[in-house]
Amino acid sequence: MAPSVADLTVGAVVAEATYLLTRDSLVRYAGASGDFNPIHYRDAFALGVGLDGVIAHGMLTMGVAVQPVVEWLGPQGIVVDYQSKFTRPVLVDAEVGATIAVVAKVGAVDDEGARIDLTVTFNEATVLGKAQVRVALAAA
Amino acid sequence: MNPELQGREFPATEPYLVGREKIREFASAVFSTSAINFEPSAAIAAGYPDVVAPPTFAVVVQERTLAQLLAAPDAGIDFSRVVHGDQRFSYSRPIVAGDELTARLTVSSVKTLGPHSMVTAESAITDMAGAHVVTAISTLVVRGDE
Repeated sequence: MAPSVADLTVGAVVAEATYLLTRDSLVRYAGASGDFNPIHYRDAFALGVGLDGVIAHGMLTMGVAVQPVVEWLGPQGIVVDYQSKFTRPVLVDAEVGATIAVVAKVGAVDDEGARIDLTVTFNEATVLGKAQVRVALAAA
Repeated sequence: MNPELQGREFPATEPYLVGREKIREFASAVFSTSAINFEPSAAIAAGYPDVVAPPTFAVVVQERTLAQLLAAPDAGIDFSRVVHGDQRFSYSRPIVAGDELTARLTVSSVKTLGPHSMVTAESAITDMAGAHVVTAISTLVVRGDE
């Protein structure tokens, strides 16, 4: 059953999840998205441009971070707007990968839907800024 | 970066045909578990004509317009110095398999911040009927010499 506006309270956590991004995840996303920037799979290249190592695509982190909201919404739910700033890189270790944690809270509610605010962290630091998902919901 | 880029409109991209397998591939890559991204029957049950793309899929179509911007000979954008600053998608409706989409990029602002410059580009993505599907907005930061 899809959530409705009447069920929501500002500040309530509606979904949370953690995801393990590995180098395999980055290669898979590179192929799926068409973003073949080598900073996402070649260590020497990433170091050469001043990064601390291979980093996840910002758009991969953004794409993964909305999934807990999509699951919570269910098949009838619609994301009408999604925005984020990329504030810190997610370094993906070749052996252990990188675990990102997503907490989705109700930021605002009105007649047509809600704004869900995402907190996305890696190593306990936020990696996305002002990550907001506008969702359309039934009124009751 | 060339400040005269501000306000420039690029020509519409060639139509991009959204394939069912491409949606599945993208959905897997962003760890989707939503059946409407993978199974036509689930998508049809939810009222869609075919599998539905995840919310960030529009970047695949938007990318074609950003390539136009980066390749513009007078833009003065060094791709190796480009960092993605922020991103937004504003949807009129979800993208579904079978859509044929074209995108048209407009440079909405060019700013300089110390040695760095920032360009904000809005790509309006429409279907073959000319109806708006989604606008994808990116701010790219071009790092200057520190």
